[in-house]
Amino acid sequence: QLLLLRLTMKRLFSTSHSSVDAKEMKKFQLLAHKWWDEEGEYSALHSMNDIRVPFIRDTLLSMRSNYHMGNPLSGVKILDVGCGGGLLSEPLGRLGASVTGIDPLEDNIRTADQHKSFDPVLAKRIQYKSSSLEEIVEECMETFDVIVASEVVEHVADLEMFIKCCSQVLKPEGSLFITTINKTQLSYVLGILVAEKLIGIVPEGTHEWEKFVPPEELESLLESNGFSVKTVNGMLYNPLSGSWSWMESTSINYAVHAVKSGAQAQPSPTGALSEVGSEQPSDTAGTAL
Amino acid sequence: LGHNIHFHDKKIALLEAGPRKDYDRMPDSYSNRVSSISPGSAALLSSFGAWDHVCNLRLKPFRRMQVWDACSEAMIVFEKDDLGDMGYIVENDVIMSALTKQLDAVADRVEVFYGSRAVGYTWPLSSHSCDTSPWVQIELADGRRLQTKLLIGADGHNSVVRKEADIRNIEYWYDQSAVVATLHLSEATDNNVAWQRFLPTGPIALLPLSDTASSLVWSTSHEHASELLAMDEESFVDSINSAFWSNVNHSDFIDAAGAMFRSAISLLKPSGTAARQLPPSVAQVDPGSRAMFPLGMGHATEYVQNRLALIGDAAHRVHPLAGQGVNLGFGDIACLVHHLGAAAFNGSDLGSLKHLLKFETERQRHNVSLIAAIDLLKRLYSTRLTPLVLLRTWGLQATNALPPVKEQIMAFASK
Repeated sequence: QLLLLRLTMKRLFSTSHSSVDAKEMKKFQLLAHKWWDEEGEYSALHSMNDIRVPFIRDTLLSMRSNYHMGNPLSGVKILDVGCGGGLLSEPLGRLGASVTGIDPLEDNIRTADQHKSFDPVLAKRIQYKSSSLEEIVEECMETFDVIVASEVVEHVADLEMFIKCCSQVLKPEGSLFITTINKTQLSYVLGILVAEKLIGIVPEGTHEWEKFVPPEELESLLESNGFSVKTVNGMLYNPLSGSWSWMESTSINYAVHAVKSGAQAQPSPTGALSEVGSEQPSDTAGTAL
Repeated sequence: LGHNIHFHDKKIALLEAGPRKDYDRMPDSYSNRVSSISPGSAALLSSFGAWDHVCNLRLKPFRRMQVWDACSEAMIVFEKDDLGDMGYIVENDVIMSALTKQLDAVADRVEVFYGSRAVGYTWPLSSHSCDTSPWVQIELADGRRLQTKLLIGADGHNSVVRKEADIRNIEYWYDQSAVVATLHLSEATDNNVAWQRFLPTGPIALLPLSDTASSLVWSTSHEHASELLAMDEESFVDSINSAFWSNVNHSDFIDAAGAMFRSAISLLKPSGTAARQLPPSVAQVDPGSRAMFPLGMGHATEYVQNRLALIGDAAHRVHPLAGQGVNLGFGDIACLVHHLGAAAFNGSDLGSLKHLLKFETERQRHNVSLIAAIDLLKRLYSTRLTPLVLLRTWGLQATNALPPVKEQIMAFASK
């Protein structure tokens, strides 16, 4: 079974059934020190903050009633899954939130810890931990108001389990924000061919088209695991200006906001079936290509 | 910045070399350092409550500005259609006091270090080595050390911050000094007009302070400026009156050419242009109010660097002939506050070059054309050469006859 194979490979990084993919980890290991170079390999992620931070901020503010414009996210507990070097954790921390950033790669956490250490305010507001999502589930049941998984789900091995774990650590009516890449011909051409091989705005080999997630699949996985999808927005990167913008079409990049239902979320009875089901899209995609 | 809502949670330090200036009542005599505040600048000051203090202390609005040539009859008059205020003449001390009061109001966020001086600057390394702090370190004369995410250099045209940051500055000294003084008029008048006459040696301006007093700004050669300061009060007053009233620089040729052009205009525009008014005559000067300072022009090649922004005279310096120097600075402030506020609300690192560059682009676009225009005007009006006098005479007369052009000029200058 595919799952068993992955288990043995992951022994190095985690001890249990996991959504972490070892091959993915290796890719990021090499670039662990480049996170904070705004003009470097991760420049597109730095500029993505210009739209994903306002998206998260405004969505959360629309659901809150009393907040201060100088400290809008004060009191909000956020989990940043796959935080990398802390690119997204830091702005959220500056807006007042208490952020826990987790990443399976220790080098990433080390970089993130060191970067936040220079700012006395951030150093207290953000906590980093080298861990996978599954490993913190037990001690963090229903702890967080918000989970942010930005540019992560296209790297995980088992998406449904990832979502289930999100649901477990999220408080009822908590928000889940995901940004990821769609699985279309366009996303292959632009997201991999152009971005990685042609103009090199993304380090080569970062993405595998097989692992891209179409919004329909993500939505159905979310809905069948106790989430209600509120917003889906397409995102577009302009390599000439180095900036991101929103667009109607979700054919390349997109962002999702979902809310965990208030009642105790029960995974749908088709849980086992959907696990098998999630293996299928890659097969069909294979034949399509 | 302290009053900006997105900065509620931030800490700001202000290093001020001078002493604290806080007045509840202004002294009877006027200070000889005044500024012409544009409506745009007044709006900025009002946005954080400082303008109210200015109004409570003292200021003089003016409705009209007449600018004319000493070498010809050409003149141009600016005034707003709705007869609203074109601008305000305010003593610099009044503005300082108003600002001090508003700083006190946000003392929990802004700490002012009076009488302080920075002696050492340590800039962040450009590499992302992560070993040393990426913030700017500053050492004060009294030994204290501060560190900050963003350093704003607002330390005037001889900016130390700019020099320490190795930012190249294009600068040159005009061969002129400005003489300032507080004058008393011969008779009380509405005094809501600002007067400026371009003499070959430099422009002389009379800015209203009250119904009986005006402030003098006379830009002229260094030698003439020293003479003006040295002469007795009566001679000084005579020089001023003669500068405004005498027609010794006219030549018949220019007068004829100007009159011909004027009649040409009146063919196209029968309503004609406003008649030239005569400025009030000066009776005496406030003893001890005469002072002079040299004039120059400057423009920094960069306004920003990583974790650094220059504003005001540290970034650009102009000739006082257009009364724009301080307004450019206020414009810088409004723009920087806007961009920093947005950056703070996005959770960005305040010293990040990304939004600092937006500020630089926006301000350079606005400032460079104005600075170039002021410099051009200064050069154009510094000569007696007939062709240039003819050019500027006709140019001025033509501009005076075209309300849309004048409105554009006023709109640009009053931002």
